[in-house]
Amino acid sequence: MSEAAAHPAVHQHTAPTGFIRKYVFSVDHKIIGLQYYGLALVAVFVGMVLSWLMRIHLGWATFAIPGLHLLSSTGAPGNVMTPEYYLSLMTMHGTIMVFFVLTNAPFSGFGNYFLPIQVGAPDMAFPRMNMMSFWVTLVAFLVLMASFFVSDGPTIAGWTVYAPLSAVGKDAGPGLAMGQNLWAVAIAIFCVGQLLGSLNFIATTLDLRTKGMSLLRLPFSTWAWFITSVIGLLAFAVLLPACVLLILDRTAGTSFFIPGGLVVSDHLQPHTGGSPLLWQHLFWFFGHPEVYIAILPAIGIVSHILPAFMRKPLLGPRVIVGCMVAIGFLSYMVWGHHMFVSGMNPFSALLFSVPTLIITIPATIATLLWIGSVYGAKLRFTSASLFCLGFISVFISGGISGFFLAQPSIDTYLHATYFVVAHFHFVMAVAAIFAIFAGTYFWMPKMIGRMMNETLGQIHFWITFVGVYCIFMPMHYLGLAGNVRRYAAFTDDFLVPLIPVHQFITIAALVTGAAQFIFLFNLIWTRFRGPKAPDNPWNATSLEWSTTSPPPFDNFGGRQLVVHHEAYEYGVAGSAGDYVMQTSPEVVKPQ
Amino acid sequence: MGKAFAVVLVIITIISTAIFIFHGQLLWLPEDISAHGHGIDHQLMETMAGSGFLFVLSQILLGIFVWQSSDRAEGWKFKTFPGGARPMVVSAIVVVGLEILALSFVGSKVWAGIYLTPPEPDSMHIDVQAGQFAFYFRYAGPDGKFGGLHPDKIDEANGNFFGLDPANDEAARDDVVVATMAIPVNRPIFLTMHSKDVIHSFYVRELRLQQDIVPGLLIPLHFTATKTGKFEIVCTQLCGLGHYEMKAYLEVMPQDKFDDWMKQQEANQ
Repeated sequence: MSEAAAHPAVHQHTAPTGFIRKYVFSVDHKIIGLQYYGLALVAVFVGMVLSWLMRIHLGWATFAIPGLHLLSSTGAPGNVMTPEYYLSLMTMHGTIMVFFVLTNAPFSGFGNYFLPIQVGAPDMAFPRMNMMSFWVTLVAFLVLMASFFVSDGPTIAGWTVYAPLSAVGKDAGPGLAMGQNLWAVAIAIFCVGQLLGSLNFIATTLDLRTKGMSLLRLPFSTWAWFITSVIGLLAFAVLLPACVLLILDRTAGTSFFIPGGLVVSDHLQPHTGGSPLLWQHLFWFFGHPEVYIAILPAIGIVSHILPAFMRKPLLGPRVIVGCMVAIGFLSYMVWGHHMFVSGMNPFSALLFSVPTLIITIPATIATLLWIGSVYGAKLRFTSASLFCLGFISVFISGGISGFFLAQPSIDTYLHATYFVVAHFHFVMAVAAIFAIFAGTYFWMPKMIGRMMNETLGQIHFWITFVGVYCIFMPMHYLGLAGNVRRYAAFTDDFLVPLIPVHQFITIAALVTGAAQFIFLFNLIWTRFRGPKAPDNPWNATSLEWSTTSPPPFDNFGGRQLVVHHEAYEYGVAGSAGDYVMQTSPEVVKPQ
Repeated sequence: MGKAFAVVLVIITIISTAIFIFHGQLLWLPEDISAHGHGIDHQLMETMAGSGFLFVLSQILLGIFVWQSSDRAEGWKFKTFPGGARPMVVSAIVVVGLEILALSFVGSKVWAGIYLTPPEPDSMHIDVQAGQFAFYFRYAGPDGKFGGLHPDKIDEANGNFFGLDPANDEAARDDVVVATMAIPVNRPIFLTMHSKDVIHSFYVRELRLQQDIVPGLLIPLHFTATKTGKFEIVCTQLCGLGHYEMKAYLEVMPQDKFDDWMKQQEANQ
């Protein structure tokens, strides 16, 4: 009989005492949040080192990278990367970053830790399911990593694994046998973890809010995690069966994605009647919302952190929530913009173009509201607030290039060039990473009870901020010059003159990547040597600052919180200073 | 610190914009050799002007506000943006909305002009076969008819890239199969494209055209080249380990030279 029957309310759980139940197989959402964050941290450094290897190869294709043959003797004979191994590393970079970093850190990591606290709950609605979601995700990561160690290496099909390249098996090239199987299995498992996590987030937000915590009093971050979990529930529910169909095509002789009459490596394939475009539709029906799964929590986190350092609320808080809902809703109508030149009916390109362009309206409103909110503020510059301001800048830079790619008439020229690489790295990857950094500097004092080093944090910010512009801005120029992406080397006549630009980008990437070790050092140093954090180091207002750092097992030490205010009462005359906590019963008087 | 942020932001904005504008070729674009390309280039310029303006404006505005907010006196009482959120919301909807309307109105016309119009009736028809990792091109020959395709007959070692069956198929006997696509200048061209294995893509920068070639589908594409010269056709859809090397040449020549070329190819078959 389940424990839930014996203990009708989750907060009646007592804190576990054994190491395993406390830190490993823990049902505590805070530990699970830290586990997700830790997994993302491992994944992001693996992904970053892969990008280093790729960038070195793109700048200097014959350069021998010392020790690379240890990773794969066939993929890097004499330490020089083969073209197929480049594609393997590229695929792994994309897959690791999108799934295990951009989904895991801002959504599953911070969301798990802070969503229950911000709504005033003692834990998630389903703590055991929560534990399962993390362990399932870890298994997915291990399965994916295993593909580095199979004989022909990881798949070379790119993170979008377009069929039939990904579906026909070993005839299509190296990495497309066991490596591709492991990819499909890993991602299918990952989907299960995300579905469990999303259900939990939704139930917790709707059912476990404490007294007085109306939906409109929820912090932006909780709103973002809530909307994201709705998106995730619908998106991963499509990717999961898509992966299963792909596995069936590969192992059971079905032909969902493989048409008849294919001759691959001189072998007539025994398939008939499938559609390669079906895979693209299924994949992008997940894939586009996935972009918002990465960026919406980032938008929520930045909107949550900025007011604390501006000492004023954001302009139009309800409008920002509305923008997030609108972005989430529209994210389901635009997947075809990844397929303008895919061979689908060209009429549908026009149809997909319009909602894609319309998405820029809520995104622009949110951006202008952030910028307008900075006006007249008293900014306090910390690592957290600098990364928030940097986020706004890179979000603008990445969003602007979306105008080009949303139009099929321009996309026909820019599709599959480095312009696209620049666009999605800025708007999705770098912007989300900046929000993760901001969240880390802001919340780590709460999560591990120690203050991070500000000097190191600000050095980290400056190198990273200038660095990402040096890496990704030149990619726009390359794209406009027609530089095709996913090339292992640039041998075409028109590409050879562009190689010096690639070399510049490579150097920028090496320097910027090196700066991330400052962050890693800061994080580890803080964990063991950082000064003790007070309960509310930033004089912030939301519920996570109404408890100890780190919070006790049931989050609030048995107290049932009562919420009296919206989440951002800054710049008001309160008894504690220029702010009033959400839990404070005092009446807010404008200063 | 705030002032440093503002200065760095403005410098990044200026350098980024300047490299777009003051590069030798405007916006880094290669020469356009197609009849339809000016519409695409024009659309690109319009978008660059509109979004470039928004990019510079929003970055600089962010820089100015951060600069102003950086050294406030003790006890500073915050100010709200004049008019609150409303001017932001209204200007975003109006400015971006108008931009979207203008762009999609004109852009749809450009797109429709390329992809939704039928090819000219007198177009020259070329059949394209893509495979790992090469393109092959087929002309109908003197009879004006293409032979049928038989995947089971594909035999690269013996040069039967398309899977033709000349023994039983009369139309196939005079088909001209080559690895370089030659076309006469100013003559409308109609391509039918298919792939024998995985997805490939047909991309010629100078034609401003990119089109995936999906196995199982017959993909049409049409264009007219207006300048002579030799250009690269490259694959832009990840197709396997040799993807980066998959290319062919497009040679655009005057009609008389093309006729000579064609005669020579027919003799070679």
